[in-house]
Amino acid sequence: MDVRAQISMVFHLDKCLGCHTCTVACKNIWTDRKGAEYMWWNNVETKPGTGYPSKWEDQEIYKGGWERTKSGKIKLKGAGKMKGLLNIFHNPNLPVIDDYYEPFTYKYLDLIESPQQEMQPVARPISLITGKPIDIKMGPNWDDDLSGTPDFARKDPNLANLTPAEQESMFQLEKMAFYYLPRICNHCLNPACVASCPSGAIYKRGEDGVVLIDQDVCRGWRMCITACPYKKAYYNWNSGKSEKCLLCYPRLESGQAPACMHSCVGRIRYLGALLYDADKIEEIASSPEGDLINNQMDIYLDPFDPEVIKAAAESGVPDSTIKAAQDSPIYKFVKEWKLALPLHAEFRTLPNLFYVPPLLPVMASVTQENDSDGSELNEMSKHWTDKWLYDTSIDEIFGTIEQTRFPIKYMANLFGAGDEALMVDKLKKLMAIRIYRRYKTVGDISQEKSDQALAEVNLTEEDAEGIYYLTSLAKFDERFVIPAAHREQSIEMMESTADVKGSTGFGFIEKPVRGM
Amino acid sequence: MDMLLFGALPYVAFAIFVIGSIYRYQNGFKYSSLSSQLLETEKLFSASVAFHMGIIVIFLGHFIGFFFPSLFSSIGGTSLVILEIVGVMFGVLAIIGLVMLFIRRVTTDRIKVVTNRMDLVIEVLLILQFILGVVIAIEMKWGSSWYASNMVPYLHSIFAFNPDIAGMVAMPILVKLHVVGAFLIILLIPFSRLVHFLVAPFHYITRPYQVVRWNWNRKTIRDPKTSWDDIQRPKNN
Ligand code: HEM
Ligand code: SF4
Ligand code: SF4
Repeated sequence: MDVRAQISMVFHLDKCLGCHTCTVACKNIWTDRKGAEYMWWNNVETKPGTGYPSKWEDQEIYKGGWERTKSGKIKLKGAGKMKGLLNIFHNPNLPVIDDYYEPFTYKYLDLIESPQQEMQPVARPISLITGKPIDIKMGPNWDDDLSGTPDFARKDPNLANLTPAEQESMFQLEKMAFYYLPRICNHCLNPACVASCPSGAIYKRGEDGVVLIDQDVCRGWRMCITACPYKKAYYNWNSGKSEKCLLCYPRLESGQAPACMHSCVGRIRYLGALLYDADKIEEIASSPEGDLINNQMDIYLDPFDPEVIKAAAESGVPDSTIKAAQDSPIYKFVKEWKLALPLHAEFRTLPNLFYVPPLLPVMASVTQENDSDGSELNEMSKHWTDKWLYDTSIDEIFGTIEQTRFPIKYMANLFGAGDEALMVDKLKKLMAIRIYRRYKTVGDISQEKSDQALAEVNLTEEDAEGIYYLTSLAKFDERFVIPAAHREQSIEMMESTADVKGSTGFGFIEKPVRGM
Repeated sequence: MDMLLFGALPYVAFAIFVIGSIYRYQNGFKYSSLSSQLLETEKLFSASVAFHMGIIVIFLGHFIGFFFPSLFSSIGGTSLVILEIVGVMFGVLAIIGLVMLFIRRVTTDRIKVVTNRMDLVIEVLLILQFILGVVIAIEMKWGSSWYASNMVPYLHSIFAFNPDIAGMVAMPILVKLHVVGAFLIILLIPFSRLVHFLVAPFHYITRPYQVVRWNWNRKTIRDPKTSWDDIQRPKNN
């Protein structure tokens, strides 16, 4: 057993407001420089939607991630030793800037310097690449809150295997629902970006599992861009190097939460350590489709088990990290309560960012009450007389889950690797917690019913209290349990983040001047 | 003049190439293919693939000839003709690719932004060098044969630090230009994007797919006997 520690994350989707504060925090620290304007290491997508870059989930287009061969082994879908080296002069599977969007700004100076004239001056948009005026056709959040639905939400790759009727049910104007999906790099256990890099520039840090690109070794062969199925490795067209989310490791090393998590308004984000068995990575990443998620859960070890603690010490994991793993909110959500799921486990990178699926938009259903005459539009007043009611009742314990607004299949395509039963299990758990809390606070639900709900999803009252506490009340230190980096023993960096603002990530203090 | 071009220039060129490349490598950040595919992919496909296929075959040809001249000088008859035809084909392929690359560089708005003077100098030089090469191959028959018997001895003499330029000086002007062009290109490598082929990623073939780096030594880190001196210090500031 080769025990290592992995910094991992949980995002609680029921709590995300879609405010993009996380995105802006990240942008301001890391990617507001030439060549990186188009990069959003953290982004928040509206689901259903096509996301960023457009349709990134469709690996028929982007050829990201791993695939399982007939012999039960895994290989990279669009990169690797053969494909990568053969396609090195031109990578046929590379997304281009238009798949993301052309970054732009406005000529604000025109407003200030405009001579007096009859019409108001306007600030025209100009491209941040060419500096020439452009017509903005698309941006990174063009489909926020379902805007432009026919062009975006309808083309969500996760709808592909839904029947036309199921798809239709998601897009009736009065019944449409959506939720937000914040995304960062998953700092995977079996990272496709690392495996695809011909130079060996991308690496996983042994101590905490953060995946980084060594800017001094990257040669711009741009294979990681293709290989990452989440499209979270980006090519800087100015510096000629690839870049990615670095989980704010300079902050982590000084005990601070990453900027996106620190700033999260909805407090949806949790970060902590998980112990895992590195010997099992390949075997588990090669599991048959249906077993992927359950097997991935098995790779994470119980930090309270004396055997595990002993093995961890033998593998050089410090006591402080083991303690952090025991206090980890991630361990609770993922292993203890089994409430969180990885996004698109079928890409086989073993991602370490887990999502508590959103219950609200899925559960609430709408009932229509017509006026007595049955007409919808009042002839005289031209206003709607329909009464649409949100039904969030819980008369039947899990009734609403069986008649969800989002087909379970759609949710399972995202979080369950297609496994609907797994998805229903998580939603039922979330529902049971609600029932429990309603019994406790409002009191219009009997204890009997609450007990019954918890029993059905194998949760104890103690679990329910724990979930409720961590979901709603947990303070900063409980949401982010960051193992000490032991900078006294080994330090990758000692700079302050502000000193190197404007440079390419971390590792050397120098402006990212383009190589000749 | 001949002494300068064929006796001195090669040394100057190689010295600058070696020292310059090593100097530049002190900062690995300065080594990159500077791919422009993110900004434009369609025109790049045929251009880049054609050019690189061409140059790599031609480069290998010159290289093999340099190390194993007997291989080429012993070839005769149809094999020689086939070798020449293959050579010319790849030479032409490289020219087509280069011209397409050049046009793409100077006409595409987005690519112009990431083009500097050296990119253009290098591409023009390479185009001229390849045209010269192809013209020589067609005009002065069986170049692969006389390259091995007449040119390689001159190149060997340079690497033996005992330049014997007599054979070289007797060559026609086209060949002289081609040789001087080659030295110039070598000289410019450390100042241009050409450094990227020095770091071509052959080591990928033998490397395991996953890469893990440790900042501390996991074998000794928990051992109380490990002394502070053995602990890694930051190397970057
Ligand atoms: C095995 C060796 C080589 C590899 C792996 C390689 C790879 C590459 C790559 C990835 C690019 C960037 C293409 C893009 O824009 O995406 C490139 C461009 C280029 N390479 Fe190479 N190359 C090699 C050898 C050479 C050699 C020997 C030369 C010339 C002496 C050369 C000259 C160029 C030039 C001039 C460009 C710029 C093309 C343009 O965008 O205008 N390469 N190469
Ligand atoms: S999400 Fe992508 S970039 Fe991040 S570690 Fe996984 S494969 Fe690499
Ligand atoms: S800051 Fe938090 S709540 Fe706001 S969009 Fe980001 S993840 Fe959601």
